[in-house]
Amino acid sequence: MTSGTTDIGTLAPKGGGFDPELVNKFMGKHGHSGFLAMEYIGHGENWVELAIDWREDLVADPETGILASAVIISLMDNATSMSIWTKLNEFRPQATMDLRIDYLRPSPSGQRVYGRGICYHLTNSIGFVRGYAHNGNPDQPLAHASGTFIRTGGQTA
Amino acid sequence: MSALYTTLPPYARALDMTVVDEIDGAPVIGMPFANRVQGRPGFLHGGAISGLLEIAAIAAVHQALRAKGSDANIKQVNVTVDFMRGGLSQMTFAVGEVTRLGRTMANVEARAWQEDRDKPIAMGYMHYLIKAKREG
Repeated sequence: MTSGTTDIGTLAPKGGGFDPELVNKFMGKHGHSGFLAMEYIGHGENWVELAIDWREDLVADPETGILASAVIISLMDNATSMSIWTKLNEFRPQATMDLRIDYLRPSPSGQRVYGRGICYHLTNSIGFVRGYAHNGNPDQPLAHASGTFIRTGGQTA
Repeated sequence: MSALYTTLPPYARALDMTVVDEIDGAPVIGMPFANRVQGRPGFLHGGAISGLLEIAAIAAVHQALRAKGSDANIKQVNVTVDFMRGGLSQMTFAVGEVTRLGRTMANVEARAWQEDRDKPIAMGYMHYLIKAKREG
């Protein structure tokens, strides 16, 4: 498992709390999250919701305009990852161990996708997450996600 | 969808993916490192690795269907991605293997690696629904 310096560590110093909106302002503009233009929507005690606007260059099937499934994976990866730091109220380095997505239905062409990540259990090493994606009505999800994150550093004995 | 060989979908093109090789008839997809696929500095974003796995998996299923003379469409049902190693700032490859191709569904395993194919950075396990264009 590799661990490197992380970009958001400086934004969310240890013990200084964790603000997903502030962190996404940085994360959502850089790298792959910036490419997808990921936007902060809201958060609670153990959840974070982000969104991605439909774009032609994110499409996997030009005939239908359906987004690449990996766009949903990226969205759920970021939202669930941030839900762990939100629940902890601090940043700790971690890596996605695995992520499963069930696609209940395709995300229609032109529609914005929301992804809510929830951290439902946390141990010293592992963050257990789940979440769902929707097009604006959480009662009509388009995908369900579940996964685990492993802590990659900063362990206290 | 035989166009997949020559024309990868917009998402794949946006991430600069290309068909670079072939293994057991399945296209090997390459993706260069760039800011647009980066997660934490110097490493690939898990979602971009998943995207590479997805394109390789779709290409493998289409190839397997064509080999059977089928022009059916496919629809992804789910995917599980295991992230095994951090993706470094270099070229990444992926290939899909159709482990079972039935009449109604396909099981696919996709592997992503960088320098050594025996040291995958991620594996994807996908189920696709096969939807015939013409019934009976």
